[in-house]
Amino acid sequence: MSWTGNILRVDLAAGTCTSEPTNMEWAHDYMGQRGLATKYLVEETDPKVDPLSPDNKMIFATGPLTGTIAPTSGRWSVVCKGPLTGAIACSNSGGFFGAELKNAGWDMVIFEGRSASPVYLDITNDQAELKDASDLWGKSVWDTETALRDRRGDPDVRVASIGLAGENGALYAAIVNDMDRAAGRSGVGAVMGSKQLKAVVVRGTLGVTVNDPMALMKTSNAAKELLAEHAVTGTGLPTHGTQVLMNVINEVGALPTRNGHDVQFDGAHDISAEAMAEVRESDGQANLVSNHACFGCPISCARRSKIDPTHFTVKDKPQYQIVSGGLEYEAAWALGAANGVKDLDALTYANFVCNEQGLDPISLGSTIGAAMDLYGSGAISQEDTGGVALEFGNTEAFVAMVEATARGEGFGKELGQGSRRLCEKYGHPEFSMTVKSQEFPAYDPRGIQGMGLTYATSNRGACHLRSYTVASEVLGIPEKTDPLVTEGKAGLVKAFQDATAAVDSSGTCVFTTFALSGEEIAPMVDAACEGDWSVERFVEVGERIWNMERQYNIAAGFTAADDTLPERLLKDAAKTGPAEGSVNRLDEMLPEYYELRGWDASGVPSAETLGRLGL
Amino acid sequence: MHKALVMKADACTGCHQCEMMCSYGKVGAFNPAKSVMDITIFDGGAVNVPSTCTQCEDAWCMVVCPVQAITCNPATGAKEVSAEACVGCKVCSIACPFGAINYDPDSGVVSKCDLCKGEPMCVEACPTTALAYVAQDSTGYERMRHNALLAAGL
Repeated sequence: MSWTGNILRVDLAAGTCTSEPTNMEWAHDYMGQRGLATKYLVEETDPKVDPLSPDNKMIFATGPLTGTIAPTSGRWSVVCKGPLTGAIACSNSGGFFGAELKNAGWDMVIFEGRSASPVYLDITNDQAELKDASDLWGKSVWDTETALRDRRGDPDVRVASIGLAGENGALYAAIVNDMDRAAGRSGVGAVMGSKQLKAVVVRGTLGVTVNDPMALMKTSNAAKELLAEHAVTGTGLPTHGTQVLMNVINEVGALPTRNGHDVQFDGAHDISAEAMAEVRESDGQANLVSNHACFGCPISCARRSKIDPTHFTVKDKPQYQIVSGGLEYEAAWALGAANGVKDLDALTYANFVCNEQGLDPISLGSTIGAAMDLYGSGAISQEDTGGVALEFGNTEAFVAMVEATARGEGFGKELGQGSRRLCEKYGHPEFSMTVKSQEFPAYDPRGIQGMGLTYATSNRGACHLRSYTVASEVLGIPEKTDPLVTEGKAGLVKAFQDATAAVDSSGTCVFTTFALSGEEIAPMVDAACEGDWSVERFVEVGERIWNMERQYNIAAGFTAADDTLPERLLKDAAKTGPAEGSVNRLDEMLPEYYELRGWDASGVPSAETLGRLGL
Repeated sequence: MHKALVMKADACTGCHQCEMMCSYGKVGAFNPAKSVMDITIFDGGAVNVPSTCTQCEDAWCMVVCPVQAITCNPATGAKEVSAEACVGCKVCSIACPFGAINYDPDSGVVSKCDLCKGEPMCVEACPTTALAYVAQDSTGYERMRHNALLAAGL
């Protein structure tokens, strides 16, 4: 407790499902979810494996707090080698699927091999079976989830599936659960598609038991109080969602705009949380309908939105005139500012399509932005784009590219390979806003220096969720640091990386860390789990996981040369705002970071560091 | 005076914290499938409706039970099921117009809200104002006040 002690191993080639005990020694060293699943992947696969080959494995993993009373206990992760990056991939999702899987009695499901024909995995508690999915192949996430729920005749089943993007091998395809929560990044959906696994449907009624329920309730209640009192988790996120950041980051001068040409967007307000709440003329409604919580979450940051039914994107398409997962900050930025598009409903539509067909909106938006850059520079023309004038700010062109990518049609097929491959193909690798081939998200490292180091060193390619130094550099959590200063950022990034790796392995949401630290989260793990989980051990597990991921990437062929940023961020200064004249000064942070990590000058963990962490 | 559970759909975010605490009180594990408080999610999560037993005065379930397994706790007014007396005939679940009492095949008896002996754990767990435990004669008071404010244009 609070591991279930059971792992489901699914051999897709043989069509078998077998149960095995969780390796508890590893569980104590790597906690669960991100850490434990990565440990299994490291032990069972060759880091040089082709990510889309049958030899890559894909692991669905819960954490020890998943499904418990601990606040935000709905988290689960997908771990595999990522096809977009060739690095370790770990994509974290919320919703209700993870808690249901835990309630069915599984710590993890390990998928190996490849099915000869499309299948889905049907789980009811300890019963698991692969079933024919030929009739579901070609269907969207939304239609698949509805069909499986109807087939089971049980409204309480939970489904995780891929849409057309995952089937077609778009390299940033997502796995979507509960209609609009996603294991979004690094192309885990393409791996699922390569295995011909369409969906996992699960119903769990066994319950989750914990080591010391009274202690867990006490520590959880204390954590819930802190979350409720905090300005970000108690007010900002419930009221505005993550979109609370759009105007803030724009004012800081760190909103990457038009593929990184600018750091401020004149349309920021039009696509912000405030705009989502404004009543529109046509139907007297606002884009924002309500907020919604994932399982066990008192923060409730998710948005429910409805597109203006008269909007050009949906007026002839009743299937999109619904209430569904609305814009969150990263999606609104990537689909909007990165392309210079400021039509809120067009962005909401694009977001719906990402959920419907299983695409990562960050990589999609950034890749379309790169294509607009290629178009603007003359590297591609309407001959390449299928007659679309792919100019920055062209809403209709943007929507056409979203649809084409989701379906894998025409130029969309190339967009589905991500901006690094696209820009290299057309002779402008410098136009790709990526690190380790993954598109960076909604914070410009010229305006927030720590995010440069965050992107450069993230083990899954550019990502904000590996060390969200924005919390300190912009929001002042846990203490304010100057976003334009590099001093101290190496230590900040390392501390955030280790803590986040631990949180991602616990079964709770990283958004709690605005209000909580290891001081509050470790006691919940301690109450729920066997063993003694001190704050020090919790953070050490995070550091162990970080180094394990690093070792995996080195074995996969990555070097210090990959710990870098797009030239544009290092050479072209910000033109406006508080960061005007600034580039990202990665070289001032990276050597110190390696040193603090106990890595040598080429970014390789020293024998001493590995020994200290038991690696 | 007895108190009553009040459930407000417009304040519910669908987080299921109530279901987890309810099931813990009932079966000793966090298991929404065993909760007698149920959140139903509509319209892609835009509407979340909590529902459970409202403890009818002349309770259908209590009246139809052939073995008097359901009795009223005088301290709380809750209609409580005796697991020892219940024979699992399910007539109560057919009689209840709200579907608030259901058979649990794992235990072989029916399960319903008993107000946790006057300290409902679901109310304590709720992070919003969707669940409240208030005096029986004021269950509509807050809504009345809300509507009055609307009528007054405030």
